[in-house]
Amino acid sequence: MHAFVDAFHFFFNNLSLFDDKTVAHLEISLASIAVATVISIPLGVWLGHLHRGAFLAINASNIGRALPSLAVISIGIGILGIGFVNVLVALVILAGPVILTNAYVAVDGVDRDAVEAARAMGMSSTQVLTRVELPLALPLIFAGLRTATVYVVATATLATFAGGGGLGDIIVNEPTYGTAGVIAGSLTITVLAFAMDGLLALVQRFVTPLPLRRQGRGEAAAGVDPTVQPASSPF
Amino acid sequence: MSAGLIPLPLAAGPVIPTFGQASNCIVQNHQFCASWFFDNFSSRFEPRLVEHLELSAIAVGIGSVIAFTAAIIAYKQDWFETPFSLLAAFLYTIPSLAFFELMVPITGINRFSAEIALVSYTLLILFRNTLTGLRGVSRPAIDAAQAMGLTPAQSLVRIELPLALPAIMAGLRIAAVTTISLTTVAAFIGVGGLGSLIFDAIQTGFKTEFIGAGVLAILLALVVDLVLVIVQRAITPWSRRRLRGA
Repeated sequence: MHAFVDAFHFFFNNLSLFDDKTVAHLEISLASIAVATVISIPLGVWLGHLHRGAFLAINASNIGRALPSLAVISIGIGILGIGFVNVLVALVILAGPVILTNAYVAVDGVDRDAVEAARAMGMSSTQVLTRVELPLALPLIFAGLRTATVYVVATATLATFAGGGGLGDIIVNEPTYGTAGVIAGSLTITVLAFAMDGLLALVQRFVTPLPLRRQGRGEAAAGVDPTVQPASSPF
Repeated sequence: MSAGLIPLPLAAGPVIPTFGQASNCIVQNHQFCASWFFDNFSSRFEPRLVEHLELSAIAVGIGSVIAFTAAIIAYKQDWFETPFSLLAAFLYTIPSLAFFELMVPITGINRFSAEIALVSYTLLILFRNTLTGLRGVSRPAIDAAQAMGLTPAQSLVRIELPLALPAIMAGLRIAAVTTISLTTVAAFIGVGGLGSLIFDAIQTGFKTEFIGAGVLAILLALVVDLVLVIVQRAITPWSRRRLRGA
């Protein structure tokens, strides 16, 4: 308990340090999630809309999960050198597959009857996608985004080894900041991850169509969580 | 507060290792000197690879025993699920780098410290997957077992556990690759493994080592994942047949 009290003292005595490092931590995390989103969501939605590429889309997260982030950063240092871009690439590789798999599963899993009905009403393929599939798929797409965000915020700690800054700078510098600093840094990262998750949960609820919201009784849609694998996975 | 000693590898070897004749590639620190990598593989990379596999395997082994037991208890006694899940989820949220570092003042700079953290991370994954698998066993199968006169213990061992195997193996795969990934970070407290080569390279800036160690860690994770898929298919032939039929 004493250690935690020290950690809180450390935090409040070094607010400007934490301010700087948290901003850097968020910058690299948000930039990575943004890039991963821009790449993965259109691809996943498109594949899901066509009901094609299940093998690629579902196994993307299996492969992505298997890549050790520190190893990816290490290879990145060898090729790209030290800095922001290297960490960005590593975090995009971490987040992208999770977002892709969820986007694919979300759109692919939209009730076929709803899609058929929309077609029968004369909607074009694009209209089916934007007016039926996407609204129904949004909760699951967001679930993927949330999972990816928690992973990225936690893993951005390793950015410190590639000169990417962030709260990892405090955690690896035990000789300077002491155990209190390490604990305070870890707590900040954990709180940050939960806060981002909560924020996205709110957005997720906001973008969920009203009927689905009532149906779900306020429960957030459970996405494809990389820590629990459906036993029927084809791979 | 104890002033813990973190063995930052500050006093690493020479800036660029001089193993025998330094080739032009090494001297100019090219991106990847394949000949150096293969010449030094058995002396420099292989021992770390073996260490890495050992550290990961021990963690997954111990984690499996704990999580498996806990999942069976939770399956039989519902009240046990919440406290164990909360504990496992709490451990899972600790940033890995900090976890390894915080173990040092308590248990010292040794494999034991690293294993405590590594085992902790496997618990949530293995527990959740095993319990999900057990709960997913179809009710009629259990009823049939009971009707045939199997005791609850016999039913668990002969019916429920085998039917939960696909989920258990899926959890094992996730736990294995996650542990291999975290073991690279464990090298920060000086317990060896492929991560130690990466931390050496951070001190020296030697690109071949960065890329060599990184690629080996990724290959190790992918190969272990693949081996577990093959094992999973071999021990659960029925799930494959059902999939093909579907």
